Amino acid sequence: MITDRLLGRSGAVFLAIVLAVAVLVPLSNLALPAGSALRVPDYMMPLLGKYLCYALLALSVDLVWGYAGILSLGHGAFFALGGYAMGMYLMRQIGARGVYGNPVLPDFMVFLNYKELPWFWQGFDHFPFAALMVLAAPGLLAFVFGWFAFRSRVTGVYLSIITQAMTYALLLAFFRNDMGFGGNNGLTDFKDILGFPVQAQGTRAALFFLSAVALAGGFLLCRAVVTSKLGKVLVAIRDAESRTRFIGYRVETYKLFVWTLSAMLAGVAGALYVPQVGIINPSEFAPASSIETVIWVAVGGRGTLAGAALGAVVVNAGKTWFTGVFPEVWLFALGLLFVLVTLLLPKGILGTAAEWWTGRRRPAVRDLDDEDGVARPVDARGAPVPAE
Amino acid sequence: MQTTTTPALLYLDAVSVVFDGFRALNNLSLMIGPTEMRAIIGPNGAGKTTMMDVITGKTRPTAGQATFEGGRHDLTTLDEATIAQLGIGRKFQTPTVFEMHTVEDNLRLALKADRRTFPTLFARRSAAERERIDALLERIRLTDSRRRRAAELSHGQKQWLEIGMLLAQEPKLLLVDEPAAGMTDQETADTADLLREIARTRAVVVVEHDMVFVRDLGVKVTCLHEGTVLAEGSLDQVSANERVVEVYLGR
Ligand SMILES: Nc1ncnc2c1ncn2[C@@H]1O[C@H](COP(=O)(O)OP(=O)(O)OP(=O)(O)O)[C@@H](O)[C@H]1O
Ligand SMILES: [Mg+2]
Repeated sequence: MITDRLLGRSGAVFLAIVLAVAVLVPLSNLALPAGSALRVPDYMMPLLGKYLCYALLALSVDLVWGYAGILSLGHGAFFALGGYAMGMYLMRQIGARGVYGNPVLPDFMVFLNYKELPWFWQGFDHFPFAALMVLAAPGLLAFVFGWFAFRSRVTGVYLSIITQAMTYALLLAFFRNDMGFGGNNGLTDFKDILGFPVQAQGTRAALFFLSAVALAGGFLLCRAVVTSKLGKVLVAIRDAESRTRFIGYRVETYKLFVWTLSAMLAGVAGALYVPQVGIINPSEFAPASSIETVIWVAVGGRGTLAGAALGAVVVNAGKTWFTGVFPEVWLFALGLLFVLVTLLLPKGILGTAAEWWTGRRRPAVRDLDDEDGVARPVDARGAPVPAE
Repeated sequence: MQTTTTPALLYLDAVSVVFDGFRALNNLSLMIGPTEMRAIIGPNGAGKTTMMDVITGKTRPTAGQATFEGGRHDLTTLDEATIAQLGIGRKFQTPTVFEMHTVEDNLRLALKADRRTFPTLFARRSAAERERIDALLERIRLTDSRRRRAAELSHGQKQWLEIGMLLAQEPKLLLVDEPAAGMTDQETADTADLLREIARTRAVVVVEHDMVFVRDLGVKVTCLHEGTVLAEGSLDQVSANERVVEVYLGR
């Protein structure tokens, strides 16, 4: 069936879980009485919502890394641009309620002696425009970057390095006060979104729900891409790029397509993240954040999509716990986790589980049709795993 | 119907390729007709693979012309994908198939079709496509392995799969680099049969060291040495050439 092919083995389970979470978490928070043991506490919902946004970001990284072999160490830039687009809308919604009470200028602009709103802030008081920018800003950056990088056939480590350089350059730029994005404080003190108070429990529930729906939608979109013929071309490029050229595929346009799509997904994740955490600042551009995202994907299982999302949630839950209990050791724990996964579980949690499951269910004959779209054996180190 | 004068399908004119002062190809000229099969022989390092690199757009010649279809396309200005789409297919010296894809998917990716990004994204599997794949699988004797991953095939099977992928592209010219390398005698003979059959409808250029195989093909032979043509003619004529014996056959 077409839906079987689209979802795959673990995909249906994944989608069911995400949609169940989308409904149950907000419902339990809003409907259950305050003392109930089953109630998701108020502080927890935006935290879980944040994990969902990270899961969507991980999905976008897996799309390019797991399937097209493009190891991006700069996806945080696309996430942050989506976040800034949303943040600018939220800033405009504050209106005259800022500390300085200026009806036109956000507080930080008043503080920096701006006389009028910079041209690139125009339009952001309209939600549809901001929503468009959530896709267009990261999409355009990715398109221009990819146009030059893929055309000049930069691949492998060199490409990874220039993605780091890209996000680092943006980090420095956004730190500057005269860029007009709030400098190192970023954008914060949001009040309303679409007329609803951002801090209200009902708004938070809605944002959580939307994040889960976006994750499910992003997952379906990625599955549709990777199970298409184009998805097979991507895997062909990942495993034998020049061979793919010699049978007539223009590799750079395929990479450009999937790269730009992935950047826009990351932008959506960033846009949903900002109203839930209540701030966007340049630290999202930090090279280390982008590297962390790659670790989530490796832990969950590169080239499995659902695994990438799972990895994001598991690692971030671990991070929340660790930074609460032993804040100093978190980075070491993350590093250790990456080393252990690379050495012991090179296909990640889901990749290993899937393999174990196939091996058990069908020891002899293997019908690969139902595995369509799972970019099989390739480990976190990038080496294709030889057949047994 | 083809008319009287058939211009050359492939024309190399005084092609030179220089790598850091080293002349891999030196004033090489070669002409291949529309349904001609040609065998290329020559010692290691003679420039046989480099010649294929020039034809397929992988390497740009330092000097000289390379044109396709009676001079209509200048191969020295086009990229690999465009040249492949013009109808030049290539089999590499070391078999390269898409190891993670099934045998069937390898053929599907190679099938002649719209190669642009969006048509590929929305491509549907059709009955016609399925029939072509079935026929190809039959021809390269991999019908029973259609669902297996290409990585699991034997060396000889991979060579055949790669030839199948070439056929799937329906090229006008096939460049085949050492197809018999690492094959058993029976496989070698079968490969010669397959190539002869293919050459009935299209041009084939085969590079091979195996003289038994070249004799089996029974076609015009070109011997390369140090980047230029040393001798050209039937295998008997070429093997009678003193220089050829000296640099290649007599070793
Ligand atoms: N990219 C390159 N850079 C430098 N030298 C090269 C390059 N490619 C090929 N050469 C050199 O050019 C010469 C011709 O190589 P080529 O691979 O064309 O030989 P060949 O005839 O195919 O040999 P064989 O029978 O061993 O396959 C060799 O000496 C090789 O080392
Ligand atoms: Mg060679």
